Amino acid sequence: MALPRDARTTPVLEVDDISVSFGARVVLDHVSFEIHPGEFTGLIGSNGVGKTTLLRVILGLQRPSSGEIRIGGVARGTGRQSVGYVPQKVLLDPDVPLRARDLVALGIDAHRYGWRRRSAEDLRRVHETLEAVDALSFADARVGDLSGGEQQRVLIAHALISRPGLLLLDEPLANLDPRSAQDIVALLHRVSTHHDVAILLSAHEMNALLPVMDRIVYVTGGRAASGTTEEVVRTDVLSALYGHHVDVLQLHGRVLVVAEPDDATDHLASHPTLRMD
Amino acid sequence: MHYIFEAAFFSSVPVRNAAELGAVVSLVSAVVGVFTVIRSQSFAGHALTDVATSGGAVGAFFGINALAGFIGGAVVGAGSMELIGVQRARRRDVATGIVLGAATGISALYLYLDTTSSASTGVTQQILFGSIFSVAPSTLPEAALAGAGVLIVVATIWRPLLLSSLSYDVASARGIPTRAIGVVFMLAMSVSVGLSSLAIGSILSTALLIGPAAAALRVTRSVRAAVVVSCVLGVVATWLGILLAYDSYDWEPSSQGLPVSFFVVVVVVAMYLVSGLAVFRRRALVARGGAALRVPEAPLREPRTVA
Amino acid sequence: MLNAWEVATMVAVVAGVVGFFVVLRGSAFPAHAIPNGAFAGAAGANLIGVNPLVGLGAFSLLAALGIGTLGRRSRPDVATALALVLMLALGAAFLSQSTQYEPQIYSLLFGEILGVSTSQLLPVAVLGGVCVIMVGVLFRPLLLASVAPEIAVSKGIRLRVVDSAFLLVVACATTMTVPVVGALLIFTLMIGPPAAARSFTSRPGVAMALSVGIALLTVWCAVASGYLWNWPVGFFVGTYSAGVYGVGRLYAARHLARRRHVLHVVAAG
Repeated sequence: MALPRDARTTPVLEVDDISVSFGARVVLDHVSFEIHPGEFTGLIGSNGVGKTTLLRVILGLQRPSSGEIRIGGVARGTGRQSVGYVPQKVLLDPDVPLRARDLVALGIDAHRYGWRRRSAEDLRRVHETLEAVDALSFADARVGDLSGGEQQRVLIAHALISRPGLLLLDEPLANLDPRSAQDIVALLHRVSTHHDVAILLSAHEMNALLPVMDRIVYVTGGRAASGTTEEVVRTDVLSALYGHHVDVLQLHGRVLVVAEPDDATDHLASHPTLRMD
Repeated sequence: MHYIFEAAFFSSVPVRNAAELGAVVSLVSAVVGVFTVIRSQSFAGHALTDVATSGGAVGAFFGINALAGFIGGAVVGAGSMELIGVQRARRRDVATGIVLGAATGISALYLYLDTTSSASTGVTQQILFGSIFSVAPSTLPEAALAGAGVLIVVATIWRPLLLSSLSYDVASARGIPTRAIGVVFMLAMSVSVGLSSLAIGSILSTALLIGPAAAALRVTRSVRAAVVVSCVLGVVATWLGILLAYDSYDWEPSSQGLPVSFFVVVVVVAMYLVSGLAVFRRRALVARGGAALRVPEAPLREPRTVA
Repeated sequence: MLNAWEVATMVAVVAGVVGFFVVLRGSAFPAHAIPNGAFAGAAGANLIGVNPLVGLGAFSLLAALGIGTLGRRSRPDVATALALVLMLALGAAFLSQSTQYEPQIYSLLFGEILGVSTSQLLPVAVLGGVCVIMVGVLFRPLLLASVAPEIAVSKGIRLRVVDSAFLLVVACATTMTVPVVGALLIFTLMIGPPAAARSFTSRPGVAMALSVGIALLTVWCAVASGYLWNWPVGFFVGTYSAGVYGVGRLYAARHLARRRHVLHVVAAG
């Protein structure tokens, strides 16, 4: 659960009026939201709506046409800042001589040039982090030999070990069966609570996250609405966001957002981003 | 004062032979090259030119027919690469390097034995760089035959080759025998490379395999169009190179002339760099919201190690 | 003869260290192209009467930078191939302008390790030291950037810097080794032994050490063989590297089943 929000707490992440255009194509349109320490946030939207672009802007891989990103109150520069990143897929060749343990250890000092011997403290941290993600049993296996799920946990550990304030995951639930998705979400929630790290993960389906999400950022057509699930996932809010009528249905505890067929979304007046908090 | 097109140029027999042989070789290389580039097998393509040369060196030592030596060497090399490692890209990389290293070592040995035994100077240079002007005219019919064979094979497997080159997984899923196609293509590439290494040397062999194809792929929208453009570029580059080399004998200061390979490579590289401008223009168009244009090159959005 | 052993050792150490990353990054083609480009530079330098080592260094640098820059804008393998042929064509042009003696070309291409003079030892040692130190400094960022470039970028590692620095290291290793092992063969040492080493261990540090060890073994055997049978050392380097790689592959194939089995047992238990 998130820490009680205090007006004076510096947000871990501030996305401030971010717009991104590639030529004439507008990919992100004045998106703004904040994430506070320890919050679990889902970035929800189907493919192609701008989720990945938004993540890249936050990571500093993409320059926005306007707006600013602030991490821990500090404007994002090009150096490294306290954001752990877990990409969707990393191609790990089984021939590569790197154990899970080694990859996690790199999370401590990969950004440092020069040779510094790893201390006992470092090794202890590696062990603890591997334990936190349930990866101890295959810690000494080659990363390339691991299954997708195992690799994912190693990547989470790698990102986690540098003690970031924010952990960013790009579509971690894609291609997972519902059970595995549940497991990963539970693990992330556990990690978030124990290590007091905020989590922002992108997904195209929100249902696996409903039990743990503190905040949802719902993206469509480059625009976003953010707030709690109750505040955002409502017919009126989402219809305004989409620019045409959508129905929000609850079915056996799951949420479905249903649009009417044949709706073109290009020719409508631009709506400002809806912020609910 | 001399003209670019000296009268003697067109009537010279060596030049005519060179032009004909060059055209045949560059045509075959251009077609095979398009697929080589699409399949990201430029290293293998280049490595095979050196392996073919090694085969040529061994052949020369044992008195085997030059064409058989070159092509045989290339085929053995390609077979070894396939045997060692195909599936994973990194393993293919290593396999190519290992075969190339072994073949180079064999070259070293036979060149050493050859020079000490028959005391012929310039053999290393000849075998490594080749000289289109000094190839015997009798090679042309054999070369044309081998070249035609390669083109027929490529035409036969055109569709499955195209599909499996553009997307290996999709093609496999559709039931195409992608592994077998890969092997057949490697064989075709070996013959093509063996042929061109003998005719025009290993440097030009690589250049005419990769350059025109890569440039064509940048400026066209379909593989078929790329093959056509690649052929045109290849033949133009070869003939232009021959012409410039011929003229260079009249240039100051040394009046010794520069080799054909030099000019052809410069032309080929220039073509590639110019094609880069076309890509630049097209990217600008896409950014301005132009129609969706297929860009055959790998997307540059992902961070990726260059080397 | 002692010189040959000393030089062989230095070359093997550098090849093992740099080769570890060449194989990791799939940089076999640049590792082949840069020495070949360097060869053209040596030929050119010879033509204008400059010390061939200068031409070697300049052209290997040019090749490294060319491959790096071109490779960023387009397919890296195409860029490498064209940079390579351009340099080789220049080399051919240079050679056509002079009356180069056959043995000199041969030794630039295949090396002349048995004929190394004492005066060559110091520059080789210095350049070799520079290479090893640079790899040491780059080790961790380079390792992450090679295995997971996306993550490296997110940590603030500048890929462009790391990539270019590595190519420069290869250029430096080339300059140091071409006069002794030859342009065509240094890269074999940077491929075979490191590729074999990975079969025997999963730990990066150990893999690099093993890479050096196997390279040393290969080169020493090659030098010994060349001395014994009077055939070119280069031939033995090429074949022994391939042999060592084969042994590594066989070992890995047998060991792989065991690796997978251990994983499954662990997962099930």
